[in-house]
Amino acid sequence: MLDVEEVERLEAEAVNSAKVRQPLYAARKKIFPKRASGQFRRFKWIVMAVTLGIYYLTPWLRWDRGLYAPDQAVLVDLANRRFYFFFIEIWPQEFFFVAGLLVMAGIGLFLITSTVGRAWCGYACPQTVWVDLFLVVERAIEGDRNARIKLEDAPWSAGKIAKRMAKHAIWLLIAIATGGAWIFYFADAPTLLGEVVTGQAAAIAYMTIAVLTATTYTFGGLMREQVCTYMCPWPRIQAAMLDENSLTVTYNDWRGEPRSRHAKKAAAAGESVGDCVDCNACVAVCPMGIDIRDGQQLECITCALCIDACDGVMDKIGKERGLIAYATLNDYNANMALATGNGAHAIQPALIRQPGGRLSDRVAQFHLGKIFRPRTFVYTAVWALIGFAMLYALLTRERLQLNVLHDRNPQFVVLSDGAIRNGYTVKLLNMIPEPRTVQITLEGLQGGAMNAVGTEQAEGETLAVEVEPDRLKSLKVYVRQPRDLMRPGSTGFRFVARDAAGDETASYDATFIAPEASK
Amino acid sequence: MTEKHIDEVSGVSTTGHEWDGIRELDNPMPRWWLWTFYATVVWAVAYTVAYPAWPLLTSATKGVLAYSSRGEVKRELAAARAAQEKYIAAIKAKSVKEIEADGSLRDFATAAGAATFRVNCVQCHASGAQGSPGFPNLNDDEWLWGGSADQIHKTITHGIRFADDPDTHTSEMPAFAEMLSAGQIGDVSAYVASLSGPVSDPAKVEPGSKVFAESCAACHGANAKGNRELGAPDLTDAIWLYGSGERAIAQQVRAPKNGVMPAWGARLGDVKVKELAVYVHSLGGGE
Repeated sequence: MLDVEEVERLEAEAVNSAKVRQPLYAARKKIFPKRASGQFRRFKWIVMAVTLGIYYLTPWLRWDRGLYAPDQAVLVDLANRRFYFFFIEIWPQEFFFVAGLLVMAGIGLFLITSTVGRAWCGYACPQTVWVDLFLVVERAIEGDRNARIKLEDAPWSAGKIAKRMAKHAIWLLIAIATGGAWIFYFADAPTLLGEVVTGQAAAIAYMTIAVLTATTYTFGGLMREQVCTYMCPWPRIQAAMLDENSLTVTYNDWRGEPRSRHAKKAAAAGESVGDCVDCNACVAVCPMGIDIRDGQQLECITCALCIDACDGVMDKIGKERGLIAYATLNDYNANMALATGNGAHAIQPALIRQPGGRLSDRVAQFHLGKIFRPRTFVYTAVWALIGFAMLYALLTRERLQLNVLHDRNPQFVVLSDGAIRNGYTVKLLNMIPEPRTVQITLEGLQGGAMNAVGTEQAEGETLAVEVEPDRLKSLKVYVRQPRDLMRPGSTGFRFVARDAAGDETASYDATFIAPEASK
Repeated sequence: MTEKHIDEVSGVSTTGHEWDGIRELDNPMPRWWLWTFYATVVWAVAYTVAYPAWPLLTSATKGVLAYSSRGEVKRELAAARAAQEKYIAAIKAKSVKEIEADGSLRDFATAAGAATFRVNCVQCHASGAQGSPGFPNLNDDEWLWGGSADQIHKTITHGIRFADDPDTHTSEMPAFAEMLSAGQIGDVSAYVASLSGPVSDPAKVEPGSKVFAESCAACHGANAKGNRELGAPDLTDAIWLYGSGERAIAQQVRAPKNGVMPAWGARLGDVKVKELAVYVHSLGGGE
């Protein structure tokens, strides 16, 4: 165990602290986040590997759909207006599935935010993930915080130029790979890669790569925390979803204050000091350039790296972890009241400690039960409801559809034998990637018979239609009813389409129009 | 500008104006916003150089790119025409029957024929080709001059009783007012009406059939089924060009109307007429 005096003190200043807030026209002060290590850093590495892996590898997954559809597992086929997601194929009119997913994502964010605060910002947001990746490169080439500050302040030399060029070159490569991966979602990935490399891809592919390369490089390498602080609306929106039971990264000043670098001396002098040794480790690791000890701040993305940094120091000096921790506002307020005697006096560290030196039992701690509250139940219920509704819609959706349009002019035609004929445009949608023979039948029209333009089939009650895989087939169909069976005015009947090979059916309620009785 | 005033809370200078104690902070525009604004100014100037912009006395500057929306439409129309070329060439080379046998060519011809029909034919045959008294319904299955694709093509090309075309359909129904007595006309009208429905005075039918055999059967056939060579309609079915019922029939026997249709071959050209024939043949009554 280290003595408090031996803890390394970092010269770190919170450049984005509210106390030293810069005029808006001041040049950005660079932030040199120190490498952190600990449980949250480890978790962030895992999230980073998973999210980047999903992003880069997904377009290369294959999924066999037979002869008539692409074999890419996830594909947005804009040219043919189809979206493929593993075993799901979506037509444009089924886009509500995507809308539903977006609604679920929104409510999911409500749920996550109300329970664990800005977890999206701190762990999964592409901005955070790519900045982390860019920082890995920066550290590998220029070293950790102090080395980077030194290099920044050093005059230009061959070594500095070489390091900077290497860093920016690798950043650019990552940016190109990022922009490049995006386009593979929109075309067959192996084919497109070949075309891109040989210069045969469409201009839009190169433009997309160029734009996304530029944004990745600029946002991830150059702008970094400014994107979150100035450009992103999300921090403002997320803040509205937090309540007093949401977990946020909190500096527990009720046990940290008064902070002191000279705890021993103070103790000797009979003064009571808090757990914070003012080592600035939490400031040095912050990628947003803030001091969490100033309290909740707009800039904080709750990446929890300051928790890791502080926990490391607490371990070294033999104090409990959690001086900086995920805490709810309720718990924080309760503990603050405990430390200050309900605000009667300044923080007195002794009040929250047992005689032995451990934290008092009266200190409120977070436990999982606090997650379960009406708000999270409502979010979960709505989220699940939409999810189940979409699942139901997906499982029961029709892959054979029939639409019928009655001719508007003329509405009916009298034939030479007095029979009445109506014309219809029949549209058959074969929504699976297999060719199908579909049997169309007339139901509920006495004596009705039909024939289709362009087919050789004899007039009858049924019509066999070949439909290409994944296509719409439009047919001009004439339905005839003999004079003696005719009913004046409109008569309802039904077109039924049946997959000749399977048991799938679709039907459409149509109207047969005959002259009015008075005529 | 009044005297400088610094807001106490934010430390930002205000605009110096005050409304009932409310002051407006004078925060600077964000840099990115300013630069975007400057860029749009530069863009606007460059745009007026590149594209038509500045009004002159009688015209406007053309712009160095020489762009015009009319020119763009022209190019698009030319591209559309070029895309139609292969279909038009195929239609030119094939007979109407052959066009109908080729699926995509038939679709093209049907659509093109429908467009031509709307411009040239709807005035008489109506927008749904359902006709009106005196102008045949092209949707049904009775054809005065034949309902096969080739017969329709011939009728459209040369017209009916159209004096300027030597190959036009020519036969006419004579006016029987001078050849038959009023009684005979009443009898024959009753007979013809009886072929497709009930009549007012069944006693007239028998004498009427004799008149029909003498005066009408030559063109309309002994069984009144008509003769397409002569454009003589079938009198036994439910379709009546000039109206059904004894009165309308008697009127037609006394002083017949003989409709005229212009020859379209010379006016529209071979391709358009073939497309029209395909379209009309597709309306459901084609043979």
